Amino acid sequence: MKRLLVPLMALTALAGLAAMAAWGLLAWQRGLSDATPPAALSAAAPASVARGAYLAAIGNCAGCHTARGGAALAGGRPIPTPFGTVFSSNLTPDAAGLGGWSADDFWGALHFGRSRDGRLLVPAHPLTNTTLVTREDADALHAWLQAQPPQPAPRRAHELRWPFGTQLALAAWRALNFRPGVYQPDPTHDATWNRGAYLSQGLAHCSACHARRDALAGDGGPADFRGGLLTGLGWVAPSLLDPAEAGVQRWPADDVQRLLRDGHANGHSAQGPMAEVVLGSTAALNDADLAAMTAYLQALPVQAVTRPTGADPAPRRRERGAALYRDHCAACHGAQGEGRLDASGAQAYPALAGSRMVTQASPANLLRVIERGGFGPATPGHPRPYGMPPFAGVLDAQDLAALASHLRESFGHHAGEVDTVEVLRWRAATTRR
Amino acid sequence: MPTLLRIALAATLFMPAAASLAEPVPDTLAQRALACTGCHGKQGRAAPDGYYPRLAGKPARYLHHQLLNFRDGRRDYGLMSELVAPLSDAYLKELAGYFASLDLPYPPPQPATLPAPELARAEQLILQGDAGRQLPACTACHGERLTGTQPAVPGLLGLSRDYLNGQLGAWRSGQRRAHAPDCMARIAKTLTDADIHALTQYLAAQPMPADPHPADALAAPAPMRCGGLTP
Repeated sequence: MKRLLVPLMALTALAGLAAMAAWGLLAWQRGLSDATPPAALSAAAPASVARGAYLAAIGNCAGCHTARGGAALAGGRPIPTPFGTVFSSNLTPDAAGLGGWSADDFWGALHFGRSRDGRLLVPAHPLTNTTLVTREDADALHAWLQAQPPQPAPRRAHELRWPFGTQLALAAWRALNFRPGVYQPDPTHDATWNRGAYLSQGLAHCSACHARRDALAGDGGPADFRGGLLTGLGWVAPSLLDPAEAGVQRWPADDVQRLLRDGHANGHSAQGPMAEVVLGSTAALNDADLAAMTAYLQALPVQAVTRPTGADPAPRRRERGAALYRDHCAACHGAQGEGRLDASGAQAYPALAGSRMVTQASPANLLRVIERGGFGPATPGHPRPYGMPPFAGVLDAQDLAALASHLRESFGHHAGEVDTVEVLRWRAATTRR
Repeated sequence: MPTLLRIALAATLFMPAAASLAEPVPDTLAQRALACTGCHGKQGRAAPDGYYPRLAGKPARYLHHQLLNFRDGRRDYGLMSELVAPLSDAYLKELAGYFASLDLPYPPPQPATLPAPELARAEQLILQGDAGRQLPACTACHGERLTGTQPAVPGLLGLSRDYLNGQLGAWRSGQRRAHAPDCMARIAKTLTDADIHALTQYLAAQPMPADPHPADALAAPAPMRCGGLTP
């Protein structure tokens, strides 16, 4: 009996210590505070509401917080994550949403990432970005949200695998990845750059997609633009640091602005999730903010992504790809991948020779577009885009590998071949079919 | 190699590309609709597999409603939903109008394989409905000739059995929906498996009438309130 008592006591002590550590971690994260400025008195003024509307557009709040076909901002959209599905919350002033939330409550969510009841928010809500938002902007957003029609859409519980949705796991994630703090201007850059940085790192939350995440969804913070796979969507958000990926450091500023505003520029177009971002966010930027974001993106440091070695070269595979290209692609993209122009001289069908989507380190977006086709966004500046049909029913995995390999090794490209296994692996990573 | 020569060589490499750009892409809806006809068949005449339906000649508002239904999740087919997601209402309306304006021949009917009494029962349901089960006649909305009614009710002829079965099944399971009140969902949920089998056998076996166009308007007020009939 005595011999058992010592290990038992040690175990109890250890369990006690662990419980205290967990309690401490939770209490620390739930009690985070800083020198928060008080709510502005004029928050409910009409000017503030109008400003909130503009900021909500830049932040594309409705993008996640509106279900497909559902009432605006009433939540319920499923967001796929590596740990399960998160359902966005209702932001309208209903009892099921933000009804009765004060400006301080809202600040708690945006700045500290915690709900009114102290519950820690899941980081699918981009809290490392929203914490950068100034108190004045947060109050304007709050004023605008409170002025929206209430929608009685109940909150839907997240479907996260244990233990990822637990408050303790969220506290641990935050201890590693989250530090609250409003954006601090960088005195080595001018006001335009700083405005661009404030928007891009903050409300526009570019890093929510363009960061490179580790296995536990940790990233390098709100200015991490190294690029990564969007779980469950089958798209890669390419690096904004590498001009061979999606970096715009060497583009004419006008092209960057047109891509963000119109979704199309000089043969480039925003596809998939980025088309959604253009429609829901960047198309709304006013001229000054568009110029600021452009200046910031163009000044990002250049950093090449590491390119995986492609599949072993297989001449037969490329020959097959060349034949598929002639049959299915050349009519629109040109025999030499030169693309085709419309009567006004604008690129109607993009050139594939020199296309970054073709030669990006990951072939995911190329495979995605071949298999599922698509249109760029229809915007006031580009209202009737030409589109590409899906080839899902026409080309199988082997064909996709052949065609992608041909494209990545033709027209002067040396981007590496793609084999069938990689296509199948890419498909497996795309849960939503 | 002298630098100038290299530049000249590089320039000629890009020349053929520039030359073949000469013929511009037509600024037409037909050209834009090529993104649709890859699946829906040439000019939207339906795909040979019977699953991607005909678009040509269907009422414009019906087609526009379906595009919005796909975009907003009332109908669920990933490829369609993703394609139309970034497009505006106005552009989708134009594309719908384009396909509605096409006047093209129809494929031959699919011979029925059911016994005559079953087909007669289907015909009875189509022309008379079933008052006991509160099922209106199909013809009440889809037109006396079953070729649809302007501006928002589609025809039921010239469609494959697989497609018709697929749609009625999707309505029953809730995978296909329309704006509330969703009368077709109610009708499909009232129909039995045997009803659906007989109806689609009968419909797919009918030749197109001499005038295959949708009727100009409903002959009488619709027997049910239908969200799909609203503008």
